[in-house]
Amino acid sequence: MSLLELKDVSMEYNGKVLALAHINLSVERGDWMAIMGPSGSGKTTLMNIIGCMDTATGGSVILDGVDITHASRPELTRIRRDKIGMVFQQFHLIPYLTAAENVMVAQYYHSMPDRDEAIAALARVGVAERADHLPSQLSGGEQQRVCIARALINYPVLILADEPTGNLDEANQNLVMQIFRELHEEGHTILTVTHSPEVGAAAEHCVIIEHGHMREQ
Amino acid sequence: MFWQMVKGALVRQKGRFLLIALTVALGVSLATAMLDVAFDVGSKVNQELKAYGANITVTPRGQKVLKDVYGVESAIGHKEYLKENELGNIKTIFWTNNIVAFAPFLESEWSGADGAKIPVTGTWFQKSLKLPTDEIITTGAREMRSWWHVDGAWPDDGNEKNVLVGAKLAAAMGCKAGETIAVQSKDGASESLTVSGIVSGGGAEEERIIAPLSLVQRLDGLAGKVESVEVSAVTTPENELARKAAANPKALSQREYDIWYCTAYVGSIAYQIEEVISDSVAHPVRQIAESEGKILDKTELLMLLITVLSLLSSALGVSNLVSANVMERSRELGLLKALGASNLAVVLLVLAEIFTAGILGGVLGYFVGIGFAQIIGETVFGSGIAVNAYVVPIVAVLMTAVLLVGSVPAVRILLSLQPAEVLHGR
Repeated sequence: MSLLELKDVSMEYNGKVLALAHINLSVERGDWMAIMGPSGSGKTTLMNIIGCMDTATGGSVILDGVDITHASRPELTRIRRDKIGMVFQQFHLIPYLTAAENVMVAQYYHSMPDRDEAIAALARVGVAERADHLPSQLSGGEQQRVCIARALINYPVLILADEPTGNLDEANQNLVMQIFRELHEEGHTILTVTHSPEVGAAAEHCVIIEHGHMREQ
Repeated sequence: MFWQMVKGALVRQKGRFLLIALTVALGVSLATAMLDVAFDVGSKVNQELKAYGANITVTPRGQKVLKDVYGVESAIGHKEYLKENELGNIKTIFWTNNIVAFAPFLESEWSGADGAKIPVTGTWFQKSLKLPTDEIITTGAREMRSWWHVDGAWPDDGNEKNVLVGAKLAAAMGCKAGETIAVQSKDGASESLTVSGIVSGGGAEEERIIAPLSLVQRLDGLAGKVESVEVSAVTTPENELARKAAANPKALSQREYDIWYCTAYVGSIAYQIEEVISDSVAHPVRQIAESEGKILDKTELLMLLITVLSLLSSALGVSNLVSANVMERSRELGLLKALGASNLAVVLLVLAEIFTAGILGGVLGYFVGIGFAQIIGETVFGSGIAVNAYVVPIVAVLMTAVLLVGSVPAVRILLSLQPAEVLHGR
């Protein structure tokens, strides 16, 4: 059984704007899939639906055996918290918490904050020595690695990364991509949304979306 | 973790939270000041309302019966009196704190040096009285007749030789303050008295001698007796129940009676005075009692309105600041939702931040409010306002209400906040 299965998924806003049309997609456990497409193609909408932050207006989305298409908002919150780790292009770290505390926030809303575990997660992405620094004291690459550590801390079944290298220079881009490669080798399931050919090429599978329609797989 | 997040938000946005704290402090300070003044305004306004004089007069029961039945004040050769040594009991009734002052009176008629009849009133001027509770109070005509103007000095209750002479009488007798006058009692006893002051007040006092009660009692052979007592009490304006009780107290049900007895109606205070002064009848002077009660009620209503308005404006201020804060932090709060925080968890976090700032502001506002109350007391009443412990829980409840009401728009924003909208744009 696939970890993630999208069947004929569509998304319309106000019954007029068609953001996604008849998307069919299947992601197996341990896969690394890249969703590519130009700006406005609908890839972020697709990511929001898979990440339980939005609900498709048509079709069905099955994540880890659960149909999230008709889930209520509290159920979506619970699924997001338990099954998904998110990495954002703009990092979205809480500015007044240290790197370790930013990781612990995800633990706090999932179960219990554990500083040792948070430090281990930061060590896993190579920023343990920056654990007590505020985001403003970290470079972009370090912030993104903290963001990855936060995504990993609750052992999610799916890591969703939205343009994970979009705000990074080449050196940091390589560093982050190396971490994703390692995570993939460890068996994590990764779904990356990107318009970068390099990031897309690093994935096992690549899907291209244009004007809300899936063109290739 | 929760408090680390609260602390972090407070420190990072200290300017915004300081404004919230100051807004709450302003509202709480006004509420504290108004409530402290409202609680103490009774005793303060009492002092001001003394100009109205007594609102209860106490007379012997027998005298009232004679007047009611025969229309005369006394039977020939017989007059009823109250016992002076029972007067302290007036300050032991249920509504003792509402008794502002009282003074006994004993009327007589003496003769001057030229043989002309001179009306005389014996009273306490400013007597220190030891109550059955061992408490010592000072009361008398000086408290009850605040509008009297004395040219000279008020006599001392302990010195029987000093008297006040009414302005018109003094003019007729040609005497001045400091001079000595000779009088003769009904029984022919002569007495030489010193005029300590000339009294004027626009009433009957201008045509008589006002003497220490003990002097009149001694000269008239009425030791320990008084003819009437005037009482000034703070009262609650009368309602249907009070009017029903005034018509016939026996018509009240037990429950109505309990409510009436435990409310400071002029009728119930008069009733309680009758209970402690033997063979007495206490008559409420209703116009005065009503006016006093209404002034007090209006003053308290004014304080209450100012309190409500200040808290409303405070709630509006908090509402604007908190809403702006939440909108400014929508990404951060949306992120928490994206990480799995429930609506309740995010709302609790924001409320904890608001309440932390609010409590700091509330504590500051409370102490500033006490200061405001003292300024109001000194400016309006010429004395400080008592700090009332009951104000603390009331202000705490009001502050909580202000913060909760002020947070409603922000909570609505939080509940409608979708992580997809604020993190990715949709």
